[in-house]
Amino acid sequence: MTSIGTGYDLSASTYSPDGRIFQVEYATKAVENSGTAIGLKVKDGIVLAVEKLVHSKLLVPEANRRIQTIDRHVGLATAGLLADGRHIANRARDEATNYRDAYDAPTPLKILADRLGLYVQAYTLYSSVRPFGISTILGSVDKDGPSLYVVEPSGVFFGYNGAAVGKGRQLAKTELEKLNLRELTTREAVYEAARIIYLVHEDAKEKEFELELSWIGDETKGVHLPVPKDLQRDAEAKAKAALETFE
Amino acid sequence: MDRIDMNRLKTGEVNLGTSIMAVQFRDGVVIGADSRTTTGSYIANRVTDKLTHVHDRIYCCRSGSAADTQAVADAVHYQLQLYTQMSGGPPSVHTAAALFQRICYENKDALSAGIIVAGWDKDVGPSVYNIPLGGGLFRQPWAIGGSGSTYVYGYCDATFKEGWGRDETVNFVKNTLALAMSRDGSSGGVIRMCVITEEGVERLFVPGNELPKFWEGQEVLGKEVKHAEEAAPMAVEA
Amino acid sequence: MDHFPTNWGRPRNDAYDPYGTFPLPHRPNNHAKDTFAEGVQRTQQPIVTGTSVLALKYKDGIMMAADTLASYGSLARFKDVTRLHPVGNYTVIGAGGDMSDFQYIQKFLDELIIDEFTAQDGHDLGPAQIHEYLSQVMYSRRSKINPLWNSLLVGGFKDGKSFLAYVDLLGTTYSASTLATGYGAYLAQPLLRKEVEGKEDTLTAEEAVRIMETCIRVLYYRDARSIDKYQLATITAEGIKIIDSRPISTSWSFAEGIRGYGAQTQ
Repeated sequence: MTSIGTGYDLSASTYSPDGRIFQVEYATKAVENSGTAIGLKVKDGIVLAVEKLVHSKLLVPEANRRIQTIDRHVGLATAGLLADGRHIANRARDEATNYRDAYDAPTPLKILADRLGLYVQAYTLYSSVRPFGISTILGSVDKDGPSLYVVEPSGVFFGYNGAAVGKGRQLAKTELEKLNLRELTTREAVYEAARIIYLVHEDAKEKEFELELSWIGDETKGVHLPVPKDLQRDAEAKAKAALETFE
Repeated sequence: MDRIDMNRLKTGEVNLGTSIMAVQFRDGVVIGADSRTTTGSYIANRVTDKLTHVHDRIYCCRSGSAADTQAVADAVHYQLQLYTQMSGGPPSVHTAAALFQRICYENKDALSAGIIVAGWDKDVGPSVYNIPLGGGLFRQPWAIGGSGSTYVYGYCDATFKEGWGRDETVNFVKNTLALAMSRDGSSGGVIRMCVITEEGVERLFVPGNELPKFWEGQEVLGKEVKHAEEAAPMAVEA
Repeated sequence: MDHFPTNWGRPRNDAYDPYGTFPLPHRPNNHAKDTFAEGVQRTQQPIVTGTSVLALKYKDGIMMAADTLASYGSLARFKDVTRLHPVGNYTVIGAGGDMSDFQYIQKFLDELIIDEFTAQDGHDLGPAQIHEYLSQVMYSRRSKINPLWNSLLVGGFKDGKSFLAYVDLLGTTYSASTLATGYGAYLAQPLLRKEVEGKEDTLTAEEAVRIMETCIRVLYYRDARSIDKYQLATITAEGIKIIDSRPISTSWSFAEGIRGYGAQTQ
């Protein structure tokens, strides 16, 4: 890299001569080192799935969740620094509460993503702060139906039909593109999500991982909930079986 | 600085001792109001417009203190413009009503404002919200407000039917307001109405000399008693 | 010109009333009587109000009842208002008093439930916790001399146990197997006690409904701020059920033969 030692990468408040902000790019690297997170927007809902890498057998199962709940109807999955993900979730909860207070209605996800984008972007402006080392997938079923957004460390956000962030995002995106998302039910999408996470994990031959799954749809009456235990078990079993036949 | 005697100020305030109304029908809402503004018993303005635009398809009818309700309507108008730019689409009537309610509730000690919010949105179609004095929020198929409304609750209860079209609803509003204005000294002047539908907002006007007329009472005592031309003999049973 | 003699000025001796206007309590006087007469007015007054709420313990849990009227002074202004409100999956609150304050309470309790839900920590708030929280809010608001003008009943059922308690604008709380607010405390509570006390574990839902209906009817006969339409809520192991408003039957035909107010017979 030409810029090593030039000092342009020491602060988020300094551009490099070719117009880049290296701190933001390094934040993106932090995301790329993280276990994959994906989101699917389907006919009647949203499915979020995370490949949570388990660094130690001593960890309590299901601790340090990377899928969080923001409001009754909003879920959030992060890839990157775990603690940054928690902070952004708390901020998102505050935004959702403020919106509900002011307008007496649940937050449309577009507005929530917009607010979070602004918040994340503010951390790319000052020398006293570090940009967020996370990409955030937001999923919701609001009054206009299901919606899915991703907020990047730079503060930009886009809407998606299927989203993937973290280490295995390339393969996950390829798999997502093969799906007919518009026709899938949320229940079917749970199986696809589990399969994709198992697939990208296998590809990287990583250490242990835990699959986190959540959904919002007709079956949950528009509420963001963890996928029920029996459905998750079934989805994981099918995902493992699919791996056998994949090659 | 001298202490300001708020009570003295309040008693001199311009009030919309009013008759206001909003009714939802199949395709929209009809809102209406009289045009009288008073300070005490002096009519400060006889052609007031109490139907206030707060968004493309959302209006409010104001009653109470003119100063208070104008300030509140202006604040909500501003917030709704902001909301529209932020969310990229028009707000729902419920959103507008919630904004009114918040201001009225949080400042209930300082405000005298009774506001009806009505309009059309693509979420629920036509809707009417009543925000009375304390800052509560009540959705109703029809709402009346202001000092004149107390005289016409019975008329509205007896007359209103669900499933009306535009013209029937306009007539209902016109008649109700005319009745309220005829009994309430603090209401009068002309009737202003708006029909708000998906297509747009149509203004209607009834001049003060063309208001619907109803029974206006007659003095009986002291008048010459009129007898029937020919007194028919009383029927006697056989 | 002020035409009210009592406003023209008062003699030195406040006890002396030269125009003999005593005991007229309200004279039209627009002047502040002294520096403190205005003060800072924080304690509002209730404006749109609901009347009594009733609740009892029975075999399966808690049953609550309230009529659907929100009054505006003596005007029956809103005739189909819900005064029973679910909070989370185990609790119902019922409110009398100012309806705008009640809507505010609904709002912040809803927020509380969402905060608890988004934590996803395997804990959720039961009726006892909600009642405690509510009582702290009510007491702190009365201590700021800006009370939330309500009397509330909190009923719930969680983990096989039923809960029923009262809290009001002062932060006063108490608990019993039958409770009633407002006029209900005078008119319905004695009836409820007679029918329920000692039978909390055997009383069936059908009997409980009958008792509630009787009480609501008595209140309709004797409370001038009531209406003949009411809602029922049950909180049991099956969850919360709030039944759509329905009318009560009343009897008046006995009055047909009544004549005069004493000896009159025709």
